[in-house]
Amino acid sequence: MKLEIITPDKTIFEGEAELVQLPGIDGSFEILNNHAPLISALDTGKIKVKTAGVESFYEINGGVIEVLDNKVLILAQ
Amino acid sequence: MPSLKEVRVRIASVKSTRQITSAMKMVAASKLRRAQNAIMTMRPYAAKLQEIMQNLSGSLDGSDEGIFGQDRGDNKVLLIPITSNRGLCGAFNANVIKETNHLLEGTYANQYKAGNVDFMCIGKKSADAFKKDGYNVVATHIDIFNDLSFEAVVEIAESLMADFAAKKYDKIILVYNQFKNAAVQILQTEQFLPVVPEETESEDGNVANYIFEPNKEDILEALVPKSIKVTLYKALLDSFAAEHGARMTAMHKATENADELVKELNLTYNKARQAAITKEILEIVGGAEALKG
Repeated sequence: MKLEIITPDKTIFEGEAELVQLPGIDGSFEILNNHAPLISALDTGKIKVKTAGVESFYEINGGVIEVLDNKVLILAQ
Repeated sequence: MPSLKEVRVRIASVKSTRQITSAMKMVAASKLRRAQNAIMTMRPYAAKLQEIMQNLSGSLDGSDEGIFGQDRGDNKVLLIPITSNRGLCGAFNANVIKETNHLLEGTYANQYKAGNVDFMCIGKKSADAFKKDGYNVVATHIDIFNDLSFEAVVEIAESLMADFAAKKYDKIILVYNQFKNAAVQILQTEQFLPVVPEETESEDGNVANYIFEPNKEDILEALVPKSIKVTLYKALLDSFAAEHGARMTAMHKATENADELVKELNLTYNKARQAAITKEILEIVGGAEALKG
């Protein structure tokens, strides 16, 4: 799936990812390939992104996520 | 005809002014590029956020607007004119100040007479102008443009939101220049708070069946303050980019004018020089003639 993490200042991540783990406001959750369309609010915390077996982490201060057509867009702060 | 020396001094002074304006133009151009990048990365973010908000509020019945959507009329108004800290950028600042005064005389004339219009000035030029004229300036933010970051803007936005929630103001209006391109700025008067309800686009079927987690109301509640902050940040970025655009254009024109002036002065100088030479020759010839006779 295509993943994009953007903040008002810059794009933090752009590219393919296999797995994204997110800090939802009601608890942590993961998104895998071909997820159903989703909109959710995010809390302060870490985003875990797994690309080709390699994990990377990004700190965010709240945000919102939209999943549509295997494209994940995270508007972080 | 001016004397040779006079013209020479003028040429030198015009040339040195030209050097300054052309340097300022270069500086503005490089700053503009950076500011332009910032606004260009910001716009998709703002657009997407707007889209998600629309998506959310469109499917809600709209009865619950939340605290930042409350329309309490416009008894107490806060105007936020956004200008630059420095001048020499054409009509950039004057336009904002003029428009703000226009609002005072027109839309908010009654509130102004009752002393219910406050100002929060962003940028030194607006702070100077409105303080001088004795308006009720409650806060100024001058340093914000030194390092324009989202965090700094969030602080201002949060204090504004707190003031609004505490019913200190019923309406908060932004006046700023929107950046269109380097040569064009569009003067904008925008209602910052209460949030103007989004016009819901017609349901044209291609709205995906989103899963909302935890639920629409909670997401919207989390998103509204965010979008308010983003609105202010976008206005500031716009104004910042527009300022450099305006300065670049103004300095470009100034440089061109200086070029023209130097050209004209050179012509005058050469004419004066020629006249002086002719006069000298005439004198010599006249002297020689007199000796002969």
